[in-house]
Formats: sequence, structure tokens, C-alpha cells
Amino acid sequence: MFDAAETVIRVRGLVNRFAGQVVHDGLEMEVGAREIFGIVGGSGTGKSVLLRTILGLHPPTAGRVELYGREVGAMSRAERSDVVQRFGVTFQNGALIGSLTVAENVQLPLREYRRLARAALDEQSRLCLAMAGLPPDAAGKYPSQLSGGMTKRAALARALALEPELLFLDEPTAGLDPISAAAFDELLLYLHSQLDLTVVMITHDLDTLFRTCGRVGVILDGKMASGTLDRIVENPHPWIQAYFHGPRARASREGRNG
Amino acid sequence: MPSSLALDGGGDDWHLRIAGDWSARALAEVQIRLGDLPPSLAGTLTCDWSAAESPGIGPAWALLMRLEAIGGGRVRIQHVSPPRHVVFLEALRDRARTGIPADDAGPNGALARLGRWVLSRGDEAREFASFVGRIVAVLVRAVRRPRSWRLPSLTRHVHETGVTAIPIVCLIAFLISVIVAYLGSQQLRLFGAEIFVVDLIAIAVLREMGVLLTAIIVAGRSGSAFAAEIGAMQLNEEIDALRAMGMDPVELLVVPRILALTIALPLLTVIADATGLLGGGLLAHYQAHISWPQFADRLRAAIAPTTFWAGLIKAPVFAVLIAVVGTYRGMRVRESPRELGRQTTIAVVQSIFFVILADALFAVLFVRLGF
Repeated sequence: MFDAAETVIRVRGLVNRFAGQVVHDGLEMEVGAREIFGIVGGSGTGKSVLLRTILGLHPPTAGRVELYGREVGAMSRAERSDVVQRFGVTFQNGALIGSLTVAENVQLPLREYRRLARAALDEQSRLCLAMAGLPPDAAGKYPSQLSGGMTKRAALARALALEPELLFLDEPTAGLDPISAAAFDELLLYLHSQLDLTVVMITHDLDTLFRTCGRVGVILDGKMASGTLDRIVENPHPWIQAYFHGPRARASREGRNG
Repeated sequence: MPSSLALDGGGDDWHLRIAGDWSARALAEVQIRLGDLPPSLAGTLTCDWSAAESPGIGPAWALLMRLEAIGGGRVRIQHVSPPRHVVFLEALRDRARTGIPADDAGPNGALARLGRWVLSRGDEAREFASFVGRIVAVLVRAVRRPRSWRLPSLTRHVHETGVTAIPIVCLIAFLISVIVAYLGSQQLRLFGAEIFVVDLIAIAVLREMGVLLTAIIVAGRSGSAFAAEIGAMQLNEEIDALRAMGMDPVELLVVPRILALTIALPLLTVIADATGLLGGGLLAHYQAHISWPQFADRLRAAIAPTTFWAGLIKAPVFAVLIAVVGTYRGMRVRESPRELGRQTTIAVVQSIFFVILADALFAVLFVRLGF
């Protein structure tokens, strides 16, 4: 499915334990350049912990996590700052800074990593808002004034600010109405095709999964079963069968095939 | 290779050669190159991207924006071997071009600002009055309906605002009265009247310092906690959820806190009085060499029957002020976490201000009454 030479993320033998509870137990995961990889799993299977581990926000109990061939936990400050500029993240609830406007939120990473004049910052934030499909008048709004869908888009705009090669999305369509969610899917596909992005997303939204993801990784009993959607769907594990063949899944698959 | 821009040609045929590092990380440098372009052009402009290294979206966007500003519609732009996203960006440009509407906040003269300030004060006064009214309504209702007293909540808050504050209140009362006693004994020694340091401690601690210090500590500890707790609940829509379930947040959250503080603050004041006298007594004993029997005699003579009560009677008033201000500020938190911080700060500053103001009024009142 992907060229091993272009592996962007490599997770080997990841173990995460919290107070005696094992969340990940020898989890393996690989994501190649320019693919859209979906992570699914039941509640409490450690999807967000996995994401936080890959981002280097959570030191794992054991195992190795590499981004662009460099181990996440063992990077120097300079390496870390270099890698951080190569990925963008959106968090589940947007995680926009409440005291800054949408435009200022988008400018935040630019202010940190680029030395730009005020007008240039405004210009770049207009670009990011437009890329995320936000109207120009959203720039001056505060996060508390945004609807759920706009918050997700504003978070995406901020994630795109440094022109990442790799995008992490934590439940990008959760809490959106089906029309907004579908619009977000199309936006993501469009950006993916235009910007050569690699996308890793956690999602529960079957429509999103079938519409956008090339490969899927399912977290089961602390390990990951990954493969193309067509192959994963045939996996006999009871959870996968229940997930992909339940009443809600049927419509999504038909939507994809039709 | 550093980024570069070379403009050749003349008349109405221009050629722009884009070369070097045009990646996203070179954005700042690219901005400088763009600044070197002439302020206006006309005719045809050919942009040659063939020597640009890994051109990024941000720099390309900056170039497009700059060319648009330079051309002002009089330039026809052609791209030679452009990066793929140039088309994408040109599509976006039309969406982003519709400018941001000007912020229409009305007139902005000094008079207009004064007017808005007065109006906002008026609104706030009305809101505060209705808040106090709701508290009174809940209290009146509670007289007839004992369930409204919310005993578990009340005891929790007495514990949190009272019991857990004992160590810090003791420490501060002790230290401050030691300081006052020390300074007093130094001055009184000049007159050979060191024994009167006992009077000084007794009256200062019992009438003023015990209750005032306690109230200020409690305002900083519990007034801020009240504002932050209720404010966080506002942000989380918990208050709306309570209302939607038919419960009154004033009854559930505000009144128990006010009652709890009204119980806790007088008790804390008694403890502060005791440790204050102890601290002053210790200093009088070791620094001014007043024996314990002497100290006890002098203390009995110095304290009028009203001295202790003149201090203590203020405690419940201060408690109500602190709790009402704290909970009111919490209820006023709207929308953003920044507001939460702001309102918590206001809660502490205002409650300390009101406590000191009330203390001054009490002083005048007590003098008039000869208390």
C-alpha cells in the first residue's frame, strides 16, 4: 500500500499503562507519506493516548515512536522544533485560545516560528482561513462566538498555518451535523489532493471513514489491526464485525459504493 | 540557496524570475524580497517558477497578494511551470478578497465612551440588585421549607471556608499581633509605660485586627474560590443545566456559600482573636518582661464588656459581603475563560474594598453609640 522508504510514522511495541490498567500492549502502527489513515476503536481503547504519544505529549511506558525516522522521546530541542513545524494538530474540542480572536489563533504559530510583519501575518491568516473554508468575517471573532463546525474549521486553519506535511485530526467531525461533517470530509479530501498531506485522524464517524480514509487501524485489546478498509471490514474479530456491520455502518458503506 | 526575485523587462512586458528557497520556512525572507518589487506595474507579467526550490503555499500566497497590490487590475499575469497549488491559491483568493467588514461599534468620542460606561454601570447595578433580591427570596422561602437549607452543601462549605482556613488565619493573626506588640512596646518604653502594651494588644486585636485580617484572608481564599467555582460552572453550561432541570442555582450554589461563610467567619475570628492575644502576650512576656499574672490582670482591666463583641459583631457582615460579591462575580462569567480570571480578580479586589469600607462605617457607628 505504501512505500516503506516514505514511512512518516512508525510505532513499535508501544506499551502504555495507567495505574495498573494496560491501555496499549505492544501496539504497532505505520503510516506512509500522503495517505489518510483512520484510527478507530471503542471508547477507552486509548485512541487519544496513542495520538498524544505520537505527538510526544505523553511519554510511553515502553516502546518506540518515530516521526520521520527520528525517535519522538529522544529529540534535541532543535530537532523537536523542526519536527513540530512539519505537523499540524487539531484537538477534539478545537483547543483554540479563548482570549485570542480566530485570526490571532492562526497567527500564533506564525509569530513563534516566522519573523513576519503585521500585514504579512494578516495576509497569511487570511490564506489559512480561506483554506479551511471559513468566511473572511470569522477572522475577528472569538472562539466563544463560533458554532461547532466553525470551531473545527478554525482549529484546522491553525493547524495549517505552518504548512505541515502531516496533519493529526482528533475527531474532526464529532458533534457536527451530517451536512457540515460531509462538507468537512470534502474539504479534507480537497486539501489532501492539493497539498500532498499525510493525514492521521481519530474518528467515530463511519461516513468520514468510508469517504476519506485509505487505510484504517483498529485498536483491539491494546494492539492495532490495520489495513485497507476493504480488508479490515472482512476481519472476523467480533468488535470489528459489530462496528462495520452494525445497522449504522450499512448505510455508510452503501453511500461509499453508490 | 537563499530566495531571490529578479524583475526584467520594460514597457508592458515584464519577466519575474523566482529562484532559491521559496519554502514555507523562508517566508520571512520572501516577504523582504517582495518588498523590493516596484510599487506599480502595467502590462503583462510572466512569473517563471522553474528555479524555485520546494515552493510553499504561504510564500506563493504572499507573492500573489503582492502582485495584485502592484498590478491593481492592470497587469495580466502568466505563470511558467508554477507549483500545483498556484491554481488552488488563485481560487481561494477570490473568496478571501471580500474584505472584513469594518467594526461598527458606534461613535467613539470621549462623551460616547462616558455614556456607555454610565449605561453599563446602570445595568450592573440593576443586575446586582436583582441578584440580592433572589438571595432574599430564597432565604424567605427557606424559612417555610427546611429542605431548601441544603445541609450537605452547607457543611461542605463550612469545612472548606472555615476549618481548612484555621492554620493560615492563626499564623497571620499571631505574626501581626507580635509585630504590633513589638512596635508598641518600643514606643511605650520611652514613656515608661510598657505595661500598657497589653491594652494596645487587647483592643487592637479584639476590636479591629482579628476580624479584619480574617476577613481579608477569607476574601482572598474563599471569595476567589466562590467566583472561580461558579464561573467554571457557567462556562461549562452547568448553571444552565440546573435551570433547565428546574433547580434554582441561587438556592443550590449561592445561598449555601453565603450561609456557610456567615457561620465560618465569626468562628475564625474567635480563633484569630485567641492566637492574636497569645502572640501579643508572648512578646509582652519575653520582650517587655511582663509576667503572666500581670498580663492577665491588665487584660481584664483593659477589656470593656463590649470590646470583644465590637469585633465579633462585624464578622457576619463581612462574611455576607465577601460571599455575595464572590458568588455574584462567578455568576457574571460569560463565554470565555479570560472572563473567568477577570471576574475572580474583581471578586477579591471588591470584597476586600467592601470589607474595609464597612469596617470604617462600623468605626463611625461605634463612636456615635459609645460602644
